[in-house]
Amino acid sequence: MTRHRKIRTGTAGLAAASLLALTACGGGGGGEGANAWILTGGGWPAIEEDLDRFNESHDEDISVEAMENDAYKQQIRTAVGSGDAPTLIMSWTGGTLLEYVEEDRVVPLDDHVGELQERVHESVWQNGVVDDSVYAVPMNDVQPVVLYYNQDVLDEHGLEVPETWSDVEEIVDTLADVEDVDAFSLAGGSIWPALMWLQYLTDRHGGEGVFASVVEGEEGAWDNESILFALETLQELGEEGFVDNYNAVDAAQNEDAQLLADGRAAFLLQGSWVYATINQDFPEFADSGAFGYAPFPQLEDGAGDPSNIVGNPANFWSVSADASEEAQQVAFDYLSEHLYNDEAVDDMLNAGSLPPLNDVEDRIAGTEAEDFLTFANDLVGEANHFQLSWDQAVHPDQQQPLMDNVAAILQGNMTPQEFVDDMNARQ
Amino acid sequence: MFDTASSASGARAAGRRRQGPSFLMALPAVLFFGFFALVPLIGVLLISFMEWNVLSSPTWVGLDNWDTVISDRPFTWRALTLTGIFVLGSYLFQAPVALLLGVFMAGQQRYRALLAVLYFLPLLFSSVAVGLTFQSLLSPYYGISAALPFDWLPSDWLSNSDLVMYVMIFVVGWCFIPFHALLYQAGVRQIPTDMYEAATIDGAGRIRRFFSITLPQLRYTIITSSTLMLVGSLTYFDLIYVLTGGQPQDAVRILPLDMYITGFGANNLGHASVIAVFLVAIGLTMSLLLNKISGSTKMESDKAGA
Repeated sequence: MTRHRKIRTGTAGLAAASLLALTACGGGGGGEGANAWILTGGGWPAIEEDLDRFNESHDEDISVEAMENDAYKQQIRTAVGSGDAPTLIMSWTGGTLLEYVEEDRVVPLDDHVGELQERVHESVWQNGVVDDSVYAVPMNDVQPVVLYYNQDVLDEHGLEVPETWSDVEEIVDTLADVEDVDAFSLAGGSIWPALMWLQYLTDRHGGEGVFASVVEGEEGAWDNESILFALETLQELGEEGFVDNYNAVDAAQNEDAQLLADGRAAFLLQGSWVYATINQDFPEFADSGAFGYAPFPQLEDGAGDPSNIVGNPANFWSVSADASEEAQQVAFDYLSEHLYNDEAVDDMLNAGSLPPLNDVEDRIAGTEAEDFLTFANDLVGEANHFQLSWDQAVHPDQQQPLMDNVAAILQGNMTPQEFVDDMNARQ
Repeated sequence: MFDTASSASGARAAGRRRQGPSFLMALPAVLFFGFFALVPLIGVLLISFMEWNVLSSPTWVGLDNWDTVISDRPFTWRALTLTGIFVLGSYLFQAPVALLLGVFMAGQQRYRALLAVLYFLPLLFSSVAVGLTFQSLLSPYYGISAALPFDWLPSDWLSNSDLVMYVMIFVVGWCFIPFHALLYQAGVRQIPTDMYEAATIDGAGRIRRFFSITLPQLRYTIITSSTLMLVGSLTYFDLIYVLTGGQPQDAVRILPLDMYITGFGANNLGHASVIAVFLVAIGLTMSLLLNKISGSTKMESDKAGA
């Protein structure tokens, strides 16, 4: 569950052919200059512009290459593994960062972060800390998952934004009898949006400790009543609640957002980046006044803190241990002097993205996305816990099985118990 | 579509057959082949005996990977079956359509040239673009099923595990039929027209001429095209990956896709290499067998006067 359109390009596919060529083209240790790989779409072009400004104002140069999300994830691993990593390595932290640190592929940044540590929200900052050392620093906006809604649909069927899970059940019941309108849009074909449901349901039911045990590798941690509850609820929603054919809806094409905009679904649980997507791709809906957003509802007798949120705390920069010393120095300069400079922060705010900084509150006022930014800022500021997306949080060896199993749950050919048993076997 | 397997057999056949020009002239090709096909192949073979998750350094585990993939991983056999269905289905769909289209395009009438250009277009599109276009076309809410007023039309083309294999065979066929039609068109154009004239004088009708002259004369084109189709679909990857990623229920996770997901999704290069070696072995066997059966090693010209 990462940000932005997951257009599965064949660029990634080409890497399959390189399975054959991998050994033939052994690593060359990276060039002299510093470089960075970033993603395409969403707020990434702004990051590229900011890096360009750094290049213009410094003698040093960081060359940038942008690639698509899935392609990036697969190529960065090969690049890091072969010692050809870019100087600045972008990650979502979690299991991947842990592995980089274990393999000594990234360097500690404690002495090179300037004032960043004081400026960044503690809950976000902690993601980049491994064994009391900083190995990664946030570099873009925080991406909480929120519940978007279409007010027109709610009005038409006499519904209100749910505050508790029984509200949700009522809404599902009401809309069950309505033809061509369902409660929740879900891009099940992309699988990762379903993780958002699992994460919130697990957290509301059992609190953040449940998944923390999984990440810590505790024996049998998956077989937990809260995770089972979340999986069962997901399958129930699959029968009644999600749009028909949700397994054919694709997030890469923003079909899930379109279903909400078209009034085919009342709600959509998605990352904060969808706010920008809807404004760009469905401006009529965005400007109609019917487009709204709310926190995930509370589970009445759940043990979780209702202020907890899930999503991506941010994307993070690490510095490659395989890069030359000059290149590393350029990267350090960039991190300590340039990252989250005033102009970059303003650009982010104007684009509707919220940097994870504690000094932006005053600057939100007057931006175009003021309402949404205020909402997101409160959500993040008041959150007791920020759960990193599960697919990023787990050990890299578990990522693929996790996604395969979530797919099986969505498609109904695995029971919740089989899911947790299989995941436990991989702990 | 030209993979190591078909070029391997091609290179070998070329090396053995002639006494004509000196071996030196083949040297660039041989060097290329050695560097880009043999070296990686040996690499893959070596990795298949190692445990390697890309990030850490590989460790030697002997036959463990082979043992796991063959006897401890039921999905290997399912993927093999799926690959068989895909290869056979693709062939049964592509071969007749490409043959008929090629014969049709070889005609001389002017409008055919225009149609030939249209048929040829899919070959020029990038497979990612084709994939995304078909993804939109097959979307349940915004695709053809929603646009057309037929209730019997399924709307879950890509999410129905019973259907998705046929959808893939169709889409991949749509992309590659033009290429094979082009081969057949060229083949038909080389058949001497006096054969047809003689047959017409003898009273042979259109259908009789097709089966008695066109088909037999196209023998070698059919062999070439069949080899490319079979080995090509055996190693086919991109459209299926873009459109489905192997889902739903792994119904189209054929071997090449399984190799990729195992290697770069699950970061298990050892297992992926075992699958890659399978693929190479199957591909080589298949093209060698095709060569053997068709007798194309003794291939000679049968054109009048040649």
